[in-house]
Amino acid sequence: MNRTVTIEVKQLDRVVIRFAGDSGDGMQLTGDRFTAETASFGNDLSTLPNFPAEIRAPAGTLPGVSSFQLHFADHDILTPGDAPDVLIAMNPAALKANLADVPRGATLIVDTADFTARNLKRIGYDENPLETGELDSYHLVPLNLTGMTVESVKEFGLTRKDASRAKNMYALGLVSWLFQRPVESTILFLETKFASKPAIRDANIAAFRAGYNFGETAEEFSVRYEVKPARMATGTYRNISGNLALAYGLVAGAQRAGLPLVLGAYPITPASDVLHELSKLKRFNVTTIQAEDEIAGVGAALGAAFGGALGVTTSSGPGISLKSETIGLGVMLELPLVVCDIQRAGPSTGMPTKTEQADLLQVMFGRNGEAPLPVIAAQSPADCFAIAVEAARIAVTYRTPVMVLSDGYLANGSEPWQIPVIEDLPTVDPNFTVEPNATNDKGEPVYLPYLRDPETLARAWAIPGTAGLDHRIGGLEKEDKTGNISYDPANHDLMIRTRQAKVDGITVPPLEVDDPDGTAKVLVLGWGSTYGPIGAACRRVRKVGGKIAQAHLRHLNPFPANLGDVLKSYDKVLVPEMNLGQLAMLLRAKYLVDVVSYAQVRGMPLGAAELAGVIGNLVEETEGIDDDARHLGADAAAVTHGEALKIEPNGHLHHPEGAR
Amino acid sequence: MSTVDLGLPSLPGGLQGVPAATEPQNRKEYVSDQEVRWCPGCGDYAVLAAFQGFLPELGIKRENVAMVSGIGCSSRFPYYLSTYGMHSIHGRAPAIATGLAVARPDLSVWVVTGDGDALSIGGNHLIHTLRRNVNLKILLFNNRIYGLTKGQYSPTSEPGKVTKSTPMGSVDNPFNPVSLALGAEATFVARTVDSDRKHLTSVLRAAAEHRGTSFVEIYQNCPIFNDNAFDAFKNPETRDDAIIPLVHGEPIRFGIDGHLGVVRDGFASLAVREVADLPNGEADLVVHDAHTEDPAYAFALSRLTDAGVLHRAPVGIFRSVERPAYDDLVRQQVETAQQTQGTGGGLQSLLTGTDTWTVN
Repeated sequence: MNRTVTIEVKQLDRVVIRFAGDSGDGMQLTGDRFTAETASFGNDLSTLPNFPAEIRAPAGTLPGVSSFQLHFADHDILTPGDAPDVLIAMNPAALKANLADVPRGATLIVDTADFTARNLKRIGYDENPLETGELDSYHLVPLNLTGMTVESVKEFGLTRKDASRAKNMYALGLVSWLFQRPVESTILFLETKFASKPAIRDANIAAFRAGYNFGETAEEFSVRYEVKPARMATGTYRNISGNLALAYGLVAGAQRAGLPLVLGAYPITPASDVLHELSKLKRFNVTTIQAEDEIAGVGAALGAAFGGALGVTTSSGPGISLKSETIGLGVMLELPLVVCDIQRAGPSTGMPTKTEQADLLQVMFGRNGEAPLPVIAAQSPADCFAIAVEAARIAVTYRTPVMVLSDGYLANGSEPWQIPVIEDLPTVDPNFTVEPNATNDKGEPVYLPYLRDPETLARAWAIPGTAGLDHRIGGLEKEDKTGNISYDPANHDLMIRTRQAKVDGITVPPLEVDDPDGTAKVLVLGWGSTYGPIGAACRRVRKVGGKIAQAHLRHLNPFPANLGDVLKSYDKVLVPEMNLGQLAMLLRAKYLVDVVSYAQVRGMPLGAAELAGVIGNLVEETEGIDDDARHLGADAAAVTHGEALKIEPNGHLHHPEGAR
Repeated sequence: MSTVDLGLPSLPGGLQGVPAATEPQNRKEYVSDQEVRWCPGCGDYAVLAAFQGFLPELGIKRENVAMVSGIGCSSRFPYYLSTYGMHSIHGRAPAIATGLAVARPDLSVWVVTGDGDALSIGGNHLIHTLRRNVNLKILLFNNRIYGLTKGQYSPTSEPGKVTKSTPMGSVDNPFNPVSLALGAEATFVARTVDSDRKHLTSVLRAAAEHRGTSFVEIYQNCPIFNDNAFDAFKNPETRDDAIIPLVHGEPIRFGIDGHLGVVRDGFASLAVREVADLPNGEADLVVHDAHTEDPAYAFALSRLTDAGVLHRAPVGIFRSVERPAYDDLVRQQVETAQQTQGTGGGLQSLLTGTDTWTVN
């Protein structure tokens, strides 16, 4: 290959890249492949898929735009990034829908093929933005990706339409070259995926290679970028999404308890992938029932639990609403049941593909009567594995339904995961009762289903098929110990308090606080998927000299025993949430601490820069610094981690100013 | 494509896989220590007594019987049997029992429900359980009224029914439970009457032996809120003309001295006629075949049930056909996966996947 310009290699410490196109353009697949290449290269990474609920919205329209954002770095990172350094836009709608997120100075690689007057007009452009100069403050790289794709695959005899469908692979090849990604895994992937369609397979591979070679040979780019592998803890890693990690964690939890897993579920966004993944794992003694509705899903899980299995149901907020009555029955029956709520934006149908964490109060309290149950929440995609294992431990040990909270951001996002060793995971003994556990007043041995372990208050669990221990349980109030129906006032009070005490007494690890030199006056406390943005925001504040402590709750019921002391040891506690302050309400009620709520409910993860600004401001406010003199927040919001990126067609690297 | 060998037993039995009792059992063993709390004269007593008397006949271990009920008067049933039992929530028993049956092939699982529980709040679970053909036995106690909530009309109440919630009469068109079950292509559908213990027991036995969902509607009298709803079937003066007896292999003939019979009438319909008026007499009558694959035949039979106040209805086994049971198929897939894919050391390799990198 002949080039007249030498290719320069620039070192970067991190890059945020976003692929955007029509929902039929294969942007999620493209993003997945770039992620796999990046993971195998050894960068730390974090991803954010963002797609419409419509499967195929009309082509070329703004509602039909689908995107995939990836943040990768040579160091430990916590979020998919607030704003892309590089946007690959496959059509005018993709450019228009994403441009507001792209900071000036960033690079736009745009497929020009669809920039016709008609297409532009359809989305509200009177003139071609590639030609008006309105994108001058960006580094615009307009390329006819579709045209070059069609040209590169013409030997395979495909229709123009089919040929142009490989344009996502052409684009992937180009950016794979630009960022020096290893390409072998993508070629292998395409060979496998399209094994039964040789022409499509060959066209996709040819387009991918052509895109890569275009970067190599054409003189559009004279700089390539290198993001070195991250220095991560020693071990073996893979990339994993939250829903996959959750499915694997449920299987591991059941196996470590020695129980079969029975999932009852009804498809719902964004939880369906857990059903899909578990249905592939039957060889691990996993049974999946796609039920007729949400209620039947949890009912089947509870029925299986009665039979001695680990019952699991997975859903999102609207489905959890429907399951509430059965979950209440599970509280009364005191049987192990894992209920996973992959939260999405509500209320009602809300925004099914967008993320939110506004189901906290629903899962805490959304049942009739006093119906306490443990609630735990994953803080990152990979953490969904550990949280599922923990859910199985609590459910089996304490004979109780357990609520697991994830959300759309964790479910679809992915990150590197240090693969655990199965033998290192905790084991749980279901400790089935197999013989009488008491004697009646005649001195005869009997089984009392509600006789409790004095430590855990877990009831004695005998399963059908156990001779001599037959018993009847139900949703009516139970008599202490015998489990017989009882309307006795004192007994009801006792049972209400006992069920509460059982949940309150669940063993929960203490809350750990990250307070580097122990002098911070402000604590930021979060839960769930805000872990990444809060951590990134705290780093920004610390980088500009602010003192800030961070802690994150994985156990929301019961809270860690030291939480009250932690809250009271800081002058101010900031609680960022993707709801209107639900954890803040619980903390105020339980600990009488006037926490500061930071609430954003936009269907998107919290932005690290914006949050850093809020934290910085609160730190200075707490330190008594006047409004006018405060700068920490603005400084923290403006932090860029190392070099920012700018791709110049002529080979110069610029450092864009201002915030990203 | 070759046909898939599902590996199912060639002679399916509803009790296959349930351990047999080692010693003979008696009725008393199945009576729990709980005081029965139905109203005096309730039809549920007769069904309970028949059921307690019938269970020992099955010859299975008592601890392998599981009763699941919903909410309503009849749903108290599990408390009075010394078997494993769950008194669950309104309408959901079929869903819960599905999970139990799938998880435990060694159990004989029974669902006890009522017309409100099964056909109103739980209608969805009922039809889906029937179409899946889960190996469980559903006893629907139909008293055509809401008893536990003190007397509102139910989805089987006759049009015009005056109740607390319908002072001007119900305007709802009722369900025919047998027609509904057949519409869902249930594989075993029967009807019996609380007061006829012998018939009730014979239907229960056939239901227990059927592999798949057995659906049994039991006409059950509520003496408090809907007394004498089934009087036509119990009054010695009317019952012979009221009960259309379904006996497999027999011509469908009934009435005093057998003066009535069932004949084919038009497109996929059946009708009751005076046998004396038929050109060929009994030879023109339909010979009952419960094994007819096409559910249209059994459905046509079910339409001989009066829609309003009951004066006449077929009683017996409408349909009993073989179809693989859902829970058997589900377990078969798990077993196949375990045999063909293996699990030895598999979880670690599952977690590891195929695309890893190592940091030293």
